[in-house]
Amino acid sequence: MNKNIKAIISDPMVDNNPITKQVLGICSALAVTVKMEQAVVMSLALAFVLVCSNIIISLLRKSIPGKIRIIVQLTVIASLVILIDELLKAYLYDISKQLSVFVALIITNCIIMGRAEAFAMQNNIKDAMYDGLGNAAGYGSVLIIVSIFRELLGSGTLFNYSVIPSSIYLENGGWYVNNGLMLLAPGAFIILGLIVWAQRSYTKYVED
Amino acid sequence: MELLEHYLSLATKTIFIENILLSYFLGMCSFLAISKKIEASIGLGFAVIFVSGVTVPLNWAIKEYLLNKGALTWVGISELANVDLSFLSFVTYIATIAAMVQLVEMLLDKFSPALYNSLGIFLPLIAVNCSILGASLFMDERGYDFGESAVFGVSSGAGFALAIVSMAAIRFKLKYSNIPDGLKGLGITMILTGLLSMAYLSFSGINL
Repeated sequence: MNKNIKAIISDPMVDNNPITKQVLGICSALAVTVKMEQAVVMSLALAFVLVCSNIIISLLRKSIPGKIRIIVQLTVIASLVILIDELLKAYLYDISKQLSVFVALIITNCIIMGRAEAFAMQNNIKDAMYDGLGNAAGYGSVLIIVSIFRELLGSGTLFNYSVIPSSIYLENGGWYVNNGLMLLAPGAFIILGLIVWAQRSYTKYVED
Repeated sequence: MELLEHYLSLATKTIFIENILLSYFLGMCSFLAISKKIEASIGLGFAVIFVSGVTVPLNWAIKEYLLNKGALTWVGISELANVDLSFLSFVTYIATIAAMVQLVEMLLDKFSPALYNSLGIFLPLIAVNCSILGASLFMDERGYDFGESAVFGVSSGAGFALAIVSMAAIRFKLKYSNIPDGLKGLGITMILTGLLSMAYLSFSGINL
């Protein structure tokens, strides 16, 4: 693997993370992170749509007229999302019910539109594919980190396996109580805020 | 009278108890980007109220008369009576929204240039605002009727407007605060949104 491809993939993982740096795709990062299971499925679904849409748009980039490019991009993305939604309904029905409208909202997830507009429209298919992979990995890693915190602190489990020993819980005579706030909206906002802080302190990025 | 009461309680529930932004995380991208300026937030808020108030009932009509199973019965051709096009819903919803945004933009440009100039750049942004598509998808998932979807559309927009204007006011005050470098911008805004959404949680006990 040459240096250029490595840079395309690794850059969005840390330095140019789509969520914490480019501020794209925040909605779903907050909504589907109550359980790790959901976060993993969502990241995979987004990775599929992002890579495919980057490839298709990069293939079409010379024949899309500039004026209607947004509509063309939206149509490509919406078709891919329909595909993944039907797949999830067929094979992972329970999780697709839990994710409810958020699978469909991949259509308006700014990461996909943003990468199509900023990268796939100007670059060849191979680079566009790697860019899609890198950004999907960056998105997925933030999603999984947020969901680890929320599931562990909110329900004391990871991937639905209890991690915290049941003997220390209050109802079993211990002292520990799950933090219910983590399962609600405010917990998500605050955890993501702290992760942004950590990531930006590490990369020394300051927003003015 | 009973109907009016039903609509009023649906509106209150949508604006305060199940605020589209603070409890479903929809529309975060534009929320984070625009809430830096208070005038812009007010403009975007009104644009969102208008567009979602129009598109939700419009999408309801499309779903009811074109997409649902058996919806095409009114055409009168017996082969069409059993067609189920509901898998196309995502593409049609997003197309309706994009078309409506374009239409609103042209109408405003023609009839109210002053308003057009102040909303100008936000209108295209609305097409990819998840709260608009999200409102249509919730309408679909919860099976609202026509009146309910009109009320739901307007009040989910109003909930968004309320949240973004209050956030802009808080961020205005924030200019005078001394914030750690990494937390500036996105980080502190996320944490503040968490606190704001915690305030809205206090409505959640209310049953209408």
